[in-house]
Amino acid sequence: MVGGRDFLGRLRRLYLPLAVFVVLMLFPFYWMLITSIKPNRELYSQKIMPLIVYQPTLKHYIDLLWETNFLTWTYNTLLVAIVTTVVSVVLATMMAYPLARMRFPGAAVVAIGVAATYLVPQPLLFIPMADIINRLELGNTLTAVMLTYPTLLIPFSAWLLMGYFKSVPRELEEAARIDGASRFQAMTRIVLPLCTPGLLSAAIFSFTLAQNEFLYALIFLAKSDVRTVPIGVVTELIRGDVFYWGQLMAGALLGSVPVAIIYSFFVEYYVAGLTAGSVKN
Amino acid sequence: MAVRPESLAHPVAGRPFTLRGLLEREGVFSWLMLSPGVLFLLAFVAYPFFYGIFLSLQDRRVASTGVFVGLANFVTLAHDAVFWQVTGNTFFYVAVTTVFKLVGGLGMALVMNQQFRGRNLVRAFLLLPFIVPTALSTIAWMWILDPTFSVVNWLLVHGGVISSGYSFLGNASLAMWSLVVVNTWRGMPFYGITLLAGLQTVSPDLYEAAAIDGATTAQRFLYVTLPVIKPVLIIVTMFSVIFTFGDFQLIYTLTHGGPANATHVFSTWAFDIGMSAGQLGMGAAVALAMLPALAVLIVALTVYLRRE
Repeated sequence: MVGGRDFLGRLRRLYLPLAVFVVLMLFPFYWMLITSIKPNRELYSQKIMPLIVYQPTLKHYIDLLWETNFLTWTYNTLLVAIVTTVVSVVLATMMAYPLARMRFPGAAVVAIGVAATYLVPQPLLFIPMADIINRLELGNTLTAVMLTYPTLLIPFSAWLLMGYFKSVPRELEEAARIDGASRFQAMTRIVLPLCTPGLLSAAIFSFTLAQNEFLYALIFLAKSDVRTVPIGVVTELIRGDVFYWGQLMAGALLGSVPVAIIYSFFVEYYVAGLTAGSVKN
Repeated sequence: MAVRPESLAHPVAGRPFTLRGLLEREGVFSWLMLSPGVLFLLAFVAYPFFYGIFLSLQDRRVASTGVFVGLANFVTLAHDAVFWQVTGNTFFYVAVTTVFKLVGGLGMALVMNQQFRGRNLVRAFLLLPFIVPTALSTIAWMWILDPTFSVVNWLLVHGGVISSGYSFLGNASLAMWSLVVVNTWRGMPFYGITLLAGLQTVSPDLYEAAAIDGATTAQRFLYVTLPVIKPVLIIVTMFSVIFTFGDFQLIYTLTHGGPANATHVFSTWAFDIGMSAGQLGMGAAVALAMLPALAVLIVALTVYLRRE
């Protein structure tokens, strides 16, 4: 059935370009992995072919875990990401629900405000924010980032959730209210369960954004034991001497693992969240 | 026309002012739900925004009180050659990466929009650059572009293309192009996957009709595909432009704005002035300098989204 000409066409239109994309997108990860398991004598030799590893070693991982604060950073990152995700999704749900389903004075202003807040980039706010955190005496505490990350996560989550909340038929809620449910009960028992995919999307997005955040963490967390993984790796593992790349790549790879695991379980929800804003159903 | 009376007609007759009755009113319920989030965003987004404008009008250093100087910071910036260099860098970075990401992402979407086994798995892998923490993947690129041990140099030298390796991050224009490559690598999947979702809304009937009319592949793309995915294309591009405009961590990690300011953009330069040098007022002014262009983009996007 598959004729030779067919296969050639498919090779040209599908397999070759696909292979190029996959190699380009994944090569840096392969490079992280292979660097992290190479012994130094292979890493720092210009004679050895660098694309493969001859004598793999876990030395860099052991050094990373025992000689640096990497585990503390991981704990901090996960703690911050989980707390800010929960707080943000709850507050965003509370905002998105009335915005999507109710008529009340001020709704349009709040809706525009949420959209604008989502689009205002961090670099516009970080200097005044640094001063505010200083005055609150929250420098070098995880509270500083737990307080500021929701400013990035709430607007996005609220905006995403509004779309999901709008899609639930009004009749369902009205039927529940005729049966005596309050507005709050109609929301928590009828609408929210139907919007579980949306809530998952918002949570996964928030979680990855919180893990990815860099600027606030860089400014607010200057002590090693309160740092998050990206900040710890960038500020402490990049050192003056040359021979640190194995450990650095081990850190970069391990630091990406929590996000990658969450993502692999919920990739459909992640893609749904990504495209919800840009693709109308 | 039951906009509001619904809550009044609810079975609270006779006792119109019970707490429950009050909570059931749309306006009361809505604002009760909204207020925590709204108050939070007012305190930590709106207030810092206006406080930033206030700071930019001051000569204010860390750990000292500010002196009001009016627009002096902005006047100083306008006469600073570095400021204009940074402005040029920012626009170059945004414009070039946007073109690359758009073209590459569209290509990725078109390739992925064919039937093949394991498509969802490939899609998941292709999105990885976008979801992995940027600072960490950028470090991998630092090593890929290392002056002595760059794998790119190794391939080029051993492939006989060049005789000695480039110093990718040490040369002004190579450093900028390195940033463009890394940003494209990170952002292209976002375009690719969202545009793919857009492509999947194109009805196969349209293609069949076009094929019957004898349309070539290029014609089908121009007259069938493009009009359908145009809204997605515009929205994705505008989002991406806004976020690239405010990009910080990729540039900070890879080049720190160097060599010699060659890759500084507004955000990294504002960081250097405001945080590293402790001149909060001037730093806030640099950050605000991106506001005009940004405001145009944000208003355009908001208007477009509401019209859709």
